[in-house]
Formats: sequence, structure tokens, C-alpha cells
Amino acid sequence: MFVSGVDVGSLTSKAVIMKDDRIVKSVIIKSKARPWESADEVMDMALARAGLDRKDIKNCVGTGYGRDKISFIDEAVSEIACHGRGARWLVPSVRTVIDIGGQDCKAIRLDAKGDMMKFITNDKCASGTGRFLEVMAKVMNLDLDELGEMSARSKQPVTFASACTVWAQADVIQQLNDKVPIEDIAAGVNNAMASRMAILANSIGLENDVCMTGGVAKNNGVVNALEKHLGIRIKRIRREDPQIAGAIGAALFAMEKASGGVI
Amino acid sequence: MITAGCDIGSLTAKAVIMKHGEMLSSEVIRASALPEKSALEVMKLAVEKAGISMDDIEYCVGTGYGRKHIPFMNSTESEIACHGRGAVWQMPSARTVVDIGGQDAKAIRVDEKGNVERYEYNDKCASGTGRFLEIIADSLEIKLDDMGDISGRGSEKLTLSNQCVVFAETEIISLVNEGREIADIICALHQAVANRAASLAKGILLTPDAVMTGGVAKNSGMFAALERALGVKLHRVDNPQINGAIGAALFAIDALELLKKNGETADPAVSGLKIK
Repeated sequence: MFVSGVDVGSLTSKAVIMKDDRIVKSVIIKSKARPWESADEVMDMALARAGLDRKDIKNCVGTGYGRDKISFIDEAVSEIACHGRGARWLVPSVRTVIDIGGQDCKAIRLDAKGDMMKFITNDKCASGTGRFLEVMAKVMNLDLDELGEMSARSKQPVTFASACTVWAQADVIQQLNDKVPIEDIAAGVNNAMASRMAILANSIGLENDVCMTGGVAKNNGVVNALEKHLGIRIKRIRREDPQIAGAIGAALFAMEKASGGVI
Repeated sequence: MITAGCDIGSLTAKAVIMKHGEMLSSEVIRASALPEKSALEVMKLAVEKAGISMDDIEYCVGTGYGRKHIPFMNSTESEIACHGRGAVWQMPSARTVVDIGGQDAKAIRVDEKGNVERYEYNDKCASGTGRFLEIIADSLEIKLDDMGDISGRGSEKLTLSNQCVVFAETEIISLVNEGREIADIICALHQAVANRAASLAKGILLTPDAVMTGGVAKNSGMFAALERALGVKLHRVDNPQINGAIGAALFAIDALELLKKNGETADPAVSGLKIK
């Protein structure tokens, strides 16, 4: 029995096809202007790569900010629930999930059974979200991946007077003009991102194990800085790409539903 | 007795020259990257306009974020103090001053002499500051100075759902792509900036009369939006943009009077101005 999860985010869309608690295929694409176009494209790509057809999918759950606009899903489930469930599948011992998305960030606490106890989210301010990194990478003329890797080479990371993306961007432009080494600016950017995220995470209280999901979890500069800010080790997700955690969670909910369970 | 106030902001530099407490001249220029240069340039223009020479200025107070770099100032005052003082001089009944600057916003409660009783200040978040307007003007390719007039042709049918400048910019681009009227979008933008600035004013217990100062007050759309957001009548002052510089020139009078009382003059070595 095949099920699928589709996570339509502001920057990327993810689809996961699962069978018997195992991932058959997963795809990540850049999101289109319309959430339903993203959903169609990413799902069709995953199906094509798995050699499957839409009718082979017993149940499909949608999540992400565009979830209500996806026509082919059987059910929509919140991102918080999906990230919690996905992270639990990726790291069974996880109790705290930190997810940094393209334009939001969340911290989720799970109990021993993996049920969500509490969560906190920021989608009001670009600071501490993937958008912050995106804006900075653009003015620095770097890929997001490059920005992450540069921290390691920095000796003197810069600091920013304000966490605001607008003001930090102006500071970065000034620092570039002042010929500050680019790795020091990159490290400063990653630190700023981590310190903002740490405030959110600390406010719900951390419990081990802590793991990070979302695309930013692949940015070592941010993850290392966040470990320092939190004073805690972040368990790296190795089983699958941390960026598809939400889609995995969605597929797991679809599995539950297809097996006769109630979400 | 001739005094001067110089207000070096992030976007503009302002100078005011006063003689016996009456305004002789004022100037506003676009600030350059170097505050020293902006200060010299704007003061030179104000001096010329007043028909005096730099040497005639007996005392100069600097304010604004670049105040420490003004080469000819005798002393500095905070922007908060200067805006409070300037507003009461311009309108004696003013008790609440809302100032939206290029990269900050403040709400100040003052007494009848213009002394600051309480204030709230935001320079940590670009939302609610002039920068919000500037960024959107850039992305819509319209002039900052034209925004007031453009919003006058629109109505309040749209609301921005994002407070963050970064997210709002994306939202506004989507609205344009959906074919919404630019004038309506600017109206919604003005309201968003005003709501944010008004939330500062609520923190100081808004007391009438309320006035709006800063260059943004010249934007009629912003003025109307702030009045709606505050829920009280908002008063205009004649010179909103030079309000801080007026306050600084008034503080210069106090300082000079104190010096004269003690039989001293301002130290030209400190001021960089030749003072007789």
C-alpha cells in the first residue's frame, strides 16, 4: 500500500511516497507562484520517479502554508503536527524539534510517546527564518549552501546591532564595502540567525534529544552556532534529508488514515 | 544672541539658526554617507540663507544619530529631548509627539515646557519607520515624496497582513501582480506603518494634543493613517522635518544663557567654530 505526503512551503515543495514505513521516493522542488502548481509538480515528479500513478496512492496528506489549496489531497494536517511526526520517525528519541522554514520558524516539544506537548512559532518577523539567510546570501552574492559552510573559516565573526533583516542587510552592505572578510560576515549572519532561533527555542524549554528539521538544518554554520547558543547538542538527522521531515510526517499521517486510523 | 541646532539623521540633515529665540533660517539636505560632511554642508546653507557668517553662531547643539560627528557642535542632546522641545515650541499645547524618522520611530510625552516625561522608541525593527516606506517606494519604482499624493487617489480597501517589512514587500509585489491599484496598496502601506508607530504611542499613554513630527509627517497619507491609528485628532506643526533641529537650537539658547550667567563663552576649541 502506497501513501504520500506533500509539503508546500514558501520556498520549496516536498513530496514523499511511502510504503510499509519505508520511503519509496522523495522529491524537493523550488515552489511556484501558486501552491497548487507546486503540489501538482512535486507529486507528479515523485510518482514518475517511483513508477507509480496517482491512483496507486491509497491516501495523501498535505501540509505547509499552501496545504488548503491542494486539490488532490485526502486531508490537510498542520505543519507543526507533521514536523513533530516526521522528526520522531527520523530520530525516535527526539523530544524537541527546531524547524526553520523559508518564512517561519518553530520549536516543538514532544512527550515520550511522540505526541505534541507544546509549540511556539514565529511567522511575523523574517529574522530567524530562512528568509533572513536568503536575503543575506543574495547581497553577499553567495549560494545558501556556501553561506553555511563559510562559518568554519571565520576567525572574527561580525555582530549586528539589531536582529531586523532590513537593518542587518544594511550592515552587511556596509561591511562588504569596508572589505570585512566575507567568511566573518557569513559567520555573523549564521550566528545572528541562531541567536534569534535560540530565543524562541528556549522559551518553550528544551528537552533532549533535540533535532533540527527544515532546509536550514543542512547549514552547519547555523546548527553549530545554535548548539553554542543553546548549550546543548543537536542530534543530526542522518536517516533522510531533514528538509523533507514535514512531508514524511504528512505521509505517516496518510498511512495512519489508510490503515483505518483517525488523524 | 544667535544659536544653531543641527540634526543629522539617517536620510536627511537639518539645520536651524535662531536669533533671540526666533527662527532666522532653516535647511534640509539629503544626508551623505559622512555625517561630518552633511553637517558642514547643511549648516553652510542655513548660514547663507540667514545672511550671517559661521562666526556669528554663538552656540550650536547637535542631535540625531550622527550628532557625535558634527565638527562644529558645542554639545549634543538626544533626539528624544530635541523633538519634545521643538514640538512644544512649534505648538505650545502639544503633549504627545509622534516622530517617524528614516530609521526609527518615537512617541514622546512632554510637559508644558517641552520636557520629556516618558517615551517609547523603536530602532530595532524597520517596520513603523520611514525605511518601510522607502523600501516599498523603491520596489514599486515611485518617488518617496509622491507617496502621499498617490495614496490620496486610493481608498482603504486593502489591508497588509504582514507587519514585517521583508514579508510585506513580498505581499505588496503579489498585490501588484494581482492587478490591485497602486494607490490602494500605498494606502494599505501607510496604515501598516502608522499602526506600528501608533503602538509606541499607546505605550506612553497618549495625551492630547498630539502632533506628528519628522519628514514622514509631510506625507498627507501617512498623517491621515496615523490619525486613524491613534484614534485622536492629530495636529500639524508648520515645520515637521526640522522639529528636532529647532529643539536643538532651543537647547543651545539654554546652554548659552547659562554660560553667559557665569561670565563665560562657548569654547571655540571644542566647537570648531570661531566664536567671538
